[in-house]
Amino acid sequence: MKGVGPTTPAASQPPLLEKEGRSSRGAVRAEVLLWLAQRASAAVLGIAVLIHLATMSYAVRGGISAAEILARTRGSLGWLLFYGVFVLAVAVHVPIGLRTIAQEWAGWRGAGLDVIVVAIAFALLALGWRAVWAVCA
Amino acid sequence: MNRAWRARNHPAYWAFLVHRLSGLALAVFLPAHFLVLGQALRGEAGLEGALRWTDSPLVKVAEIAIVVLLAAHLTGGVRMLALEFLPWRDWQKSLAALAAGATVLFGLAFALALVGGG
Repeated sequence: MKGVGPTTPAASQPPLLEKEGRSSRGAVRAEVLLWLAQRASAAVLGIAVLIHLATMSYAVRGGISAAEILARTRGSLGWLLFYGVFVLAVAVHVPIGLRTIAQEWAGWRGAGLDVIVVAIAFALLALGWRAVWAVCA
Repeated sequence: MNRAWRARNHPAYWAFLVHRLSGLALAVFLPAHFLVLGQALRGEAGLEGALRWTDSPLVKVAEIAIVVLLAAHLTGGVRMLALEFLPWRDWQKSLAALAAGATVLFGLAFALALVGGG
């Protein structure tokens, strides 16, 4: 039977094809996970931003001062947890959004972009949690 | 008007563009916001010093603008989640209009609180 058996061109390259298939499946899975993470973080942010907008609109009446902000937040476990989760969702949501913009508008793809996106995620997480700690602890 | 532009000149495209540009602006603003709040690590005086430049009218306008962008990104995101997760209906324009209306509402509420006081 022609075309069947270990001497056919296709059969002579299975490791390569298998490897390509696996890496492409891995890439698809990564994209699906990023899409899910973007939507899940968006759902958390939807609620957090609503609360943040309401709190800000209340807090800025009559001017804003450090004493007023810190009197409300310092030593409050509730605000610490709320803003801690808020920042975590931001650190997931923002880098994935920037990655999409870089891909679609700048045509930038590949490992270099992913490294920068992860770095942005950790930088936002570090800066954000530092700010939460500064205001709530 | 060329064909590509005609295809894009639709409320859904404008909603997409506003969502994307507001997200980009917020991504640029966030690190500065975190750095200002982080000044509280130096005590109340540290944060107060960082907050005082928000007294400038120009910064107040910028604050209102960033709140409008935040509201626009929020309502645009809710619109996108509704389109993706709820059953499809012919409501593209209605959702975009709702998002725009809610954005204006949030922006006005914040502007009134900021400028009008308590």
